[in-house]
Amino acid sequence: MNTVTADPVADDVPLIEFCDVTKTYGQGEAAFQALRGVDLRIDVGDFVAVMGPSGSGKSTAMNILGCLDSPSSGAYRFRGVHVERLSRNQRALLRRHYLGFVFQGFNLLARTSALENVELPLLYRGEARAVRHAKAREALAAVGLDRWEKHTPAELSGGQQQRVAIARAIVTHPTLLLADEPTGNLDSQRSHEIMELLVDLNRKRGITVLMVTHEPDMAQYAQRVVHFVDGRVATDRRNEERH
Amino acid sequence: MFWSSVLLALRAIRRNLLRSFLTILGIVIGVGAVITMVTLGNGATQAVSEQIASLGSNLVIIRPGKRLGPGRDEAGSPNFKAADADAIVAQISALNAVAPVASKSVTVVYTAKNWSTTITGSTDAYFTTGNWRLAAGRLFTDAEQRAGKAVCVIGATVRKELFGEQMPVGDQLRIKNFACEVIGLLQSKGQSTMGMDQDDTIVMPLRTLQRRLTGTQDVNTLMVSVQDGANTDRIMADLRLLMRERRKIAANEDDNFSILDTRQIADAMTGTTKVLTMLLGAVAAVSLLVGGIGIMNIMLVSVTERTREIGIRLAIGALEREVLLQFLIEAVALAALGGIVGITLATLASVGLAALMQVPYVFDPSINLLSFLFSAAIGVIFGYFPARRAAQLDPIEALRHE
Repeated sequence: MNTVTADPVADDVPLIEFCDVTKTYGQGEAAFQALRGVDLRIDVGDFVAVMGPSGSGKSTAMNILGCLDSPSSGAYRFRGVHVERLSRNQRALLRRHYLGFVFQGFNLLARTSALENVELPLLYRGEARAVRHAKAREALAAVGLDRWEKHTPAELSGGQQQRVAIARAIVTHPTLLLADEPTGNLDSQRSHEIMELLVDLNRKRGITVLMVTHEPDMAQYAQRVVHFVDGRVATDRRNEERH
Repeated sequence: MFWSSVLLALRAIRRNLLRSFLTILGIVIGVGAVITMVTLGNGATQAVSEQIASLGSNLVIIRPGKRLGPGRDEAGSPNFKAADADAIVAQISALNAVAPVASKSVTVVYTAKNWSTTITGSTDAYFTTGNWRLAAGRLFTDAEQRAGKAVCVIGATVRKELFGEQMPVGDQLRIKNFACEVIGLLQSKGQSTMGMDQDDTIVMPLRTLQRRLTGTQDVNTLMVSVQDGANTDRIMADLRLLMRERRKIAANEDDNFSILDTRQIADAMTGTTKVLTMLLGAVAAVSLLVGGIGIMNIMLVSVTERTREIGIRLAIGALEREVLLQFLIEAVALAALGGIVGITLATLASVGLAALMQVPYVFDPSINLLSFLFSAAIGVIFGYFPARRAAQLDPIEALRHE
């Protein structure tokens, strides 16, 4: 595992580097090529929105970026480490130490308090009880839910649930936060609140944020917007001015 | 890693109280039913063995006719004589006592009360072969036996029916046309294995019965009590040879009498209750199976939710083996709790029912262990293996699981 946790990384190494990444699902006639050679480079501190119609490969790219899946060919270097060469367990440890996930469907544990949901990643990192509680409270405070730590997901609104999910994602102080349509299940006002929270985390904590969305409004919050079409990067531009 | 998995497992149990409760219930019912049934069956078997022991241990019974029971062929099978018993005593060693027995059903009268019972005519040896003890009075004297005096020893039921609480020893019973003095009262032996009241009996000297009631010299049965530790099989073979000789049976002819010992009767009787125990156990095994299917259903129904949960855990960086350890601990904890509750309830139910049914409580560790392991295995298999399948999925697939 020392290849994964090797610190520090030289400044000129990008956080994420995709070199001609392809991903094919199925075999033979039924094979479907979700990614057809993607090159992408993301530096530390960036806020990237990934857009594109469904089936364009943006979710596939996201899963590979999140080390949840492996590319069929090509290279994916995370902090200079070849993720495509890592085992399942090594990728899990990489997720544990560097990544935070926010999903469209929140994916909190049912009937479990906000505090216990947030401290879950810390349990897998083997943190002591007192440390877990302190960090989880801090993360909940950062998303504005310091009074809701005893509540279960069923007792929270959608926006609050997504905040708990964000708190769970940032409690480990990740390098990269991956958000898969984080506002997809929320109304407009909650969506903007969540986006502002993500921007805030990006600016104040320096967390690199990578977000999949198909709402142009939400993409406006990002510094950079990458468009996927048919398994390739179609456009990659910087937003002139951030909201 | 282990302790955090324990913590995660306990949290999962607490989070899903209803599911946990239903799982435990399935195990409790399965374990409880099997243990209760088998324990009661074992108690009944032991009760039967104890009753058989009260017949008298090491008892060999010789009767005329080729075989016992219905369809017994008595034609050409003459009864025994009292002299046969004397011959056995004289020629075969390692015996405690030999009692020639004849009996007859009669109605006996005392004051205004009468009672139908069976009168057994025999010698003092009868009390030894039958394991009888005196509660009061005395047994026959040699003179009374030789002279065929009208004296008798009565059982507890006859005493209760005719005398009530009154002491019968010294009183006179009226049997048919003669008066008979009660000289002894037997201790109660209770019901026999076949449900017959062993205390409903009157015993008088063989000669008295033959002269005054049956009018023949016949003896129906020879009861032989073998000494402890003696070789019963050899003695039975010797008895057979002796009886063939005395009854002048040619070498090519079959026996016209039968010899059997109480061990054979005991084996047959306990065999019956053992079959019953197995039957009860089989019925209970069905409930164990039904409980197991209940556990299985609950576990499988929750697989969807749990698969998503596993996806979440994997996505945030749990290793496959950490997820599996948590689920294994969870399943083992539930199974163990269910097993302990099941065994506790079964023990309480068995003790209570055994007291109610008047059979002894016999603890059987193997059935406790067996039913517990079976339920626990079901709980662990259906709690753990779907989780293992889910943990081997890609996290994304697990998260998408509908």
